[in-house]
Amino acid sequence: MKIADKKALKRESIIQTALQLFSTNGFHKTTIPDIAAKLGMSVGNLYNYFSSKDLLAQEIIRYTSEVLGEKIKEVNMLDVSAEEKVHKIVEIYFSMAKEKPEMIEYFLRVYLSNREVFSDGCEGMVCVSGFITEIMIFFDDAVSSGELRNQDFFSAFGLFMGYLGGMVFLKGEGVLPKDIACYIDDISRNIYYALKA
Amino acid sequence: MKNKQHSKPRLLWLQSISCNGNAHSFLNHPDLFSILSHFELVYHPILETKHTLQDILKCETECDILIIEGSLKEKGLMKAGVEVSSVIKHYASIATHIISAGTCATFGGMFKQYDPEHITGFCFDGEVQTTRYEQYAQKLISLPGCPIHPKWLGFVLMMIVQNRPIAKDSLHRPLELYAPTVHTGCARNEYFEWKVDTEGFGLKEGCLFYELGCQGPYTHGSCNKILWNDISSKTIAGTPCFGCTEPDFPKTTLFETETRMGIPATMPLGIPRRAYLTVTGVVKSFRIKRFEERLISYDD
Repeated sequence: MKIADKKALKRESIIQTALQLFSTNGFHKTTIPDIAAKLGMSVGNLYNYFSSKDLLAQEIIRYTSEVLGEKIKEVNMLDVSAEEKVHKIVEIYFSMAKEKPEMIEYFLRVYLSNREVFSDGCEGMVCVSGFITEIMIFFDDAVSSGELRNQDFFSAFGLFMGYLGGMVFLKGEGVLPKDIACYIDDISRNIYYALKA
Repeated sequence: MKNKQHSKPRLLWLQSISCNGNAHSFLNHPDLFSILSHFELVYHPILETKHTLQDILKCETECDILIIEGSLKEKGLMKAGVEVSSVIKHYASIATHIISAGTCATFGGMFKQYDPEHITGFCFDGEVQTTRYEQYAQKLISLPGCPIHPKWLGFVLMMIVQNRPIAKDSLHRPLELYAPTVHTGCARNEYFEWKVDTEGFGLKEGCLFYELGCQGPYTHGSCNKILWNDISSKTIAGTPCFGCTEPDFPKTTLFETETRMGIPATMPLGIPRRAYLTVTGVVKSFRIKRFEERLISYDD
């Protein structure tokens, strides 16, 4: 394996470990030595990859946004109705919340709750563009095909993603009486009917 | 191009269904008479010429360069009892160069809207080739624009006089004039780059692409490289580009950008939607103070 490939792998393992720790223990309570210890590497070496905790945090949000964006891109490429796409996107989001809870938790409990960490380098949509772009493409296609009602992007986006985020937040708080997967059908239908033309 | 008796190429300007806009526009060329001095002007609808329209309609006059202005209708447009399309076809067959001047003559344009089925351009119906295309394509130069830019016509005429080759696109538009988009050279490009909308028509600040219907980023033309009246252009003045050099001109909502959930329905030329949206999302995240201010503040 080339040195560059090895470095890329190491970088990703740092991101994944830090993502886990930040999501579980909180951003401020997690230190660089904690992350290095969990990875079995020296603090100095970790700094070779990320020069500060803030930069690492920003890289993680970029990474999670790309992962989620790639999955939604696959949905966008499918030749299915907007109604089915809504269902698939909800499924992806809730599956991720179940199988990789740290990713969604990170977004809700680190990214949205520690804005000062992201104010320089992750302004606005900068670090979440991988995900936002695919949602835009989903909306654009669905309006173009006449399935969804044309409206302002944010009024539709807020309804869709705010709803999903809210449900995952409730899951994280442990207040949902049922497994989150049980809500996929109803929530997909609610979103589709709220947005349809 | 010219026979021994004629030292200058003979230029014939014929009109079909036309508003005169292209003929008038060409009069604005600052070097009009210098350009025309290279030609023998056989007939022109406005300028004084050797022949009258009645002479021309007899189809007995010689011509080397035919300029066609206006949309074509195969049957039913008569001048002095003669079918105009047959007169144009006659001169098109003897000319060495055919210039379709303006969007109507090129693609059908504005007048096509009246009877879309029967009114077309000379060699194109929108972007589809007409039955005339095969016969005349070899010598066809398309100069769409509503109206034609006087300097674009001047450029082509001088290229012909100098016997220089003119590279063209698939719609026969000279690449020198139509390869760039109207967006190229627009004085508002900084606002486009940073996705800052204008707040109204005629203002110096802001981009017209996002709200006010500007088609500059996907319209072929050099309006912002070769300025109008040597001074300005629509977009510089604060009016959207109407896309008048394209086969689908005119569209219906010229002062409004069609969007789907806030996303422009037409992307800038050749830019993949995913790439455009990624860049836009990032750029819109920043507020640049300079672009939020008026360029000139006037004290009350």
